[in-house]
Amino acid sequence: MDDLRQKYLDLVAGAADEATLEDIRLQAVGKKGEVALKMRELGKMTPEERQIMGPKLNALKDEINAALAAKKAALADAALEERLRGEWLDVTLPARSRRLGTIHPVSQVTEEVTTIFADMGFAVAEGPQIEDDFHNFDALNIPPHHPARQEHDTFFMHRDEGDDRPPHVLRTHTSPVQIRAMLKQGAPLRVIAPGRVYRSDYDQTHTPMFHQVEGLAIDRDISMANLKWTLEEFCRAFFEVDEVELRFRASHFPFTEPSAEVDLRCSWENGQLKVGQGDDWMEILGSGMVHPKVLDASGVDSTQWQGFAFGIGIDRLAMLKYGIPDLRAFFDSDLRWLRHYGFAALDMPTMRGGLTR
Amino acid sequence: MKFTLSWLKDHLDTDASVEEIAETLTDLGLEVEEVVNPADRLSAFTLAKVKTAEQHPDADRLRVCTVETEDGDKQIVCGAPNARAGITVVLAKPGDYVPGIEVTLSVGKIRGVESHGMMASERELELSDEHTGIIELPSGEVGEKFIDWLAANDPAKVDPVIEIAITPNRPDALGVRGIARDLAARGLGTLKPAPEAKVEGTFDSPIGVTIDEDTQGDDGCYIFQGRLIRGVKNGPSPAWLQQRLMAIGLRPISALVDITNFFTYDQNRPLHVFDADKVTGSLRIHKTTGGEELLALDERTYTFEPGMVVISDDESVESIAGIMGGEETGCTEETVNVFLEAAVWEPIQIARTGRALKINSDARYRNERGIDPAFNPVAIELATQMILDLCGGEPSNVVTAGAVPDTDRAYKLDTDRCSSLVGMDIPADEQRASLEALGFVMEGDMAHVPSWRPDVLGEADLVEEVARIASLTKLEGKPMARASTGVPKPVLTPMQVRENTARRTAAALGYNECVTYSFIDAEAATLFGGGDAATMLENPISSEMSHMRPDLLPGLLQAAARNQARGFMDLALFEVGATWHGGEPEEQRLAVSGVMIGATGPKDVHGASRPVDLFDAKADAEALLAAMGAPAKVQVLRGAEGWWHPGRHGKICLGPKKVLGVFGELHPKVLAEMDVKGPAVAFTLFPEEIPMPRKSNATRPALTISDLQPVERDFAFVVDKDVEALTLVNAAAGADKTLIEDVRVFDEFTGGALGEAGQKSLAITVRLQPTDKTLKEKEIEAVAAKIVEKVQKATGGTLRS
Repeated sequence: MDDLRQKYLDLVAGAADEATLEDIRLQAVGKKGEVALKMRELGKMTPEERQIMGPKLNALKDEINAALAAKKAALADAALEERLRGEWLDVTLPARSRRLGTIHPVSQVTEEVTTIFADMGFAVAEGPQIEDDFHNFDALNIPPHHPARQEHDTFFMHRDEGDDRPPHVLRTHTSPVQIRAMLKQGAPLRVIAPGRVYRSDYDQTHTPMFHQVEGLAIDRDISMANLKWTLEEFCRAFFEVDEVELRFRASHFPFTEPSAEVDLRCSWENGQLKVGQGDDWMEILGSGMVHPKVLDASGVDSTQWQGFAFGIGIDRLAMLKYGIPDLRAFFDSDLRWLRHYGFAALDMPTMRGGLTR
Repeated sequence: MKFTLSWLKDHLDTDASVEEIAETLTDLGLEVEEVVNPADRLSAFTLAKVKTAEQHPDADRLRVCTVETEDGDKQIVCGAPNARAGITVVLAKPGDYVPGIEVTLSVGKIRGVESHGMMASERELELSDEHTGIIELPSGEVGEKFIDWLAANDPAKVDPVIEIAITPNRPDALGVRGIARDLAARGLGTLKPAPEAKVEGTFDSPIGVTIDEDTQGDDGCYIFQGRLIRGVKNGPSPAWLQQRLMAIGLRPISALVDITNFFTYDQNRPLHVFDADKVTGSLRIHKTTGGEELLALDERTYTFEPGMVVISDDESVESIAGIMGGEETGCTEETVNVFLEAAVWEPIQIARTGRALKINSDARYRNERGIDPAFNPVAIELATQMILDLCGGEPSNVVTAGAVPDTDRAYKLDTDRCSSLVGMDIPADEQRASLEALGFVMEGDMAHVPSWRPDVLGEADLVEEVARIASLTKLEGKPMARASTGVPKPVLTPMQVRENTARRTAAALGYNECVTYSFIDAEAATLFGGGDAATMLENPISSEMSHMRPDLLPGLLQAAARNQARGFMDLALFEVGATWHGGEPEEQRLAVSGVMIGATGPKDVHGASRPVDLFDAKADAEALLAAMGAPAKVQVLRGAEGWWHPGRHGKICLGPKKVLGVFGELHPKVLAEMDVKGPAVAFTLFPEEIPMPRKSNATRPALTISDLQPVERDFAFVVDKDVEALTLVNAAAGADKTLIEDVRVFDEFTGGALGEAGQKSLAITVRLQPTDKTLKEKEIEAVAAKIVEKVQKATGGTLRS
């Protein structure tokens, strides 16, 4: 019995392929195999002998079968391994190409700005880019022939002969959206209005089209100190720093009173802007308390309501934050520029995840 | 507005440094643009003394000098005729930069003789145009700094020049005195008493003045005062006056003209002087009837439109009121009798006329912003006195037409307002003191506005003045509570969300976002259905930017052409933005466009790169529409605008009039006109056309899924070549709406005998999803027969054998 066992286990262990294994199986545990023949002999044995030999033979059969199965699996594994060895590929070859789209910095920064102000409860207001005289100038306390109008380098729309209405303009600022928002929604109100604006100016640092975001907050008791806080919070969040310092300087805009230019403490080192530290001050925006005449022109009772307004250049914010040197390149659509300064499709600024990666 | 430090000190008694003054001005809202301190470029030069001056051995005009300097005796070769022993000179040493010749000196040899520096002329140091010889100083010690000597002996030469930007509301700061007043109110010195003069006339002016009735007061001229001064001697003005004017960039002309310029800048008080001998009769202020002409002082001839205010004598127009005088009656060096004019003009009229005639003069600039009307009678006296002082002569009595307008108005100073509006607590008496320092007259709570501040028109202006003088730098931020408590609500409108989604989706699909100009050239606009007069700019910055874009595609195609020129041939660009179909504010429409050109990617080892085609554009258009919430079931119609390939485009519609977008190949002629190497495919979508979902709550409809095995069957139909797949698909899908879950086209074959016969084969897979019991073969065959029948009915197609 033990010889038999050893013989077949050795044969199984030494088999080189499946066909040999099958031969061994037939020889050992097949119907006419050696183990089967032994089993037939059981009938001739005494019941006592059969009691002992029966289980032994069964165990032997099982053991050989198990050895056969194990060997069969091992042979299959070896064959597979052999095949896979032949299926070697140069994995350093480039993958199938996939186009990578980008988001323009103006869109990205606009989303950053709206995200921050949305958190402070400012909705996003909109208005047309071709504006009438009333919304772009009159309602903003810039009457006709006021010198401030000349300083706007306004683009005018063509008027046909005989059409004596004052020409429409390409809005020179986002401030007319203030008027539209107040006329539509009244007070109290908190909105920002990002969008394209136009001035007839083209040189190193000016393009005839650029982007601004207007901010407006109207309530019973909003003060210029609230404005300063709001802008400080905005700058802190936008530039993603712990501290910022703003300086208000008296200035003049026809639609605010008092008016202030706002400077941001910063330093420039090797062309890199650091916000919140250093000895330089950089002018970043204009702001002020909404002029009573503007409130009244927008149907908001200036004896009951007051508030602030500000305007920031979006392109300029993008240039400062991301170190983009030339404004004119924003509108040139040079693929190299779009890829270099653009943002990934899913780089969505949020307050919970942060504005930038 | 430019002025010098010493000029400022005529009006302001102060010890403040120029840096302090500059900082304070900016803080007060008079933003300093530049401070130029001449001492900065002269600081290297020192005084020296010429000990000997010998003839140069090889040059007749040169002298070899021994010069005593702070570093001992030096040999210097000099070509100036006045270089001689004993004089005190200004020395520039090797290494010094000499501004007038833009050279940094080094030790050199001049005709074989070494020279260790140079002795400078005034021109070489940019002190004047004087260059006949080197500077000879009447005093000074060897080694003394030249700027120190200048400061002690000729301070005007080292007078810092400050330039500030003046906002349109502050005409008073267009005069040095107004600037001094602001600084004094801030406490940076004391405002000196206003200059005064009263000159009695000795005769009546032979030149009279009248203002036409339709030109008086608000209609043109409030007051016109004049006076004849006879027997003056005009000529160059004195050096101090010339230096002042030159320091701020004005060219001295003659004493009489320089005096008017002095008052323009000193007190924001434009004046005019006529040569009285060239004036015929009297002066009349009136409106033009149109067509009159005047040769003005800028030597250009202006033709007037009706209604412009001018000053005429008995013969013709002699001056454009408040803007520019006439050449004919202008003062020259020969003028002996001068007629001095001081007038107050209505500012809007000045602005309108100045703009129409395109004249930008100092006078217009000031008169349209508003000068101090109450100063008019004082100004004529001060100017007369100055003319008498500098040119002599005998003054007439003053002739006056009109009267000083009454500008008196008062507003209540609510001292609490500063706290509630600005958020600064400033004591009431300090507030009052600030206003008084600015010239307001307090009468109880009422603040009377000074005549030189036309901008102050309400209580808020008083607060502004108080806060400005106190300094907004001191303002501290104060938290602003949220408008509501708790979790904030979303603030974007559904359309704003849709716009953002479109942008992010397009980028995710591999497009690069562009921001192109809203205005394009007429040709490109015309190609895309625009370019008409309504969308034209009256004053474009260039012909490339003359019309509002009717579509985003021309801008993107121009961007594509620029990139192709740079060697980038595979492009996918998109833009989200406004387009215009008219010139009214409401004729603006939001669009999303994408353009694809070239291959799907660079050629690669996988052979995956292929030219983009309209089905790429269709896929992206559909993906974007789906992302923006468009319904899945749409119609695809033809007949879009002419910039699309006539046979290769589709309009994605909800009904024939509701176009959600267009996709397709662009017309080759349009591409050629735009210099784009085609072919190019594109889409334009209109987010505002997509119906807003009727959103009641966020709950989704219940999901129904069957455990029963679906069955797929393929069919191939032979149809006419122009039968559209969607017609066939819809027909098949209509065969059994409950059982048929999906119909997909999986093959189109147009070749071989079919093609020759004008036919094609379209193969579809129909997926049947039973809901209550497993389908039996008989049932499947019944549906198949129904499908064949429906397709045949709709398309005339037959099952392909």
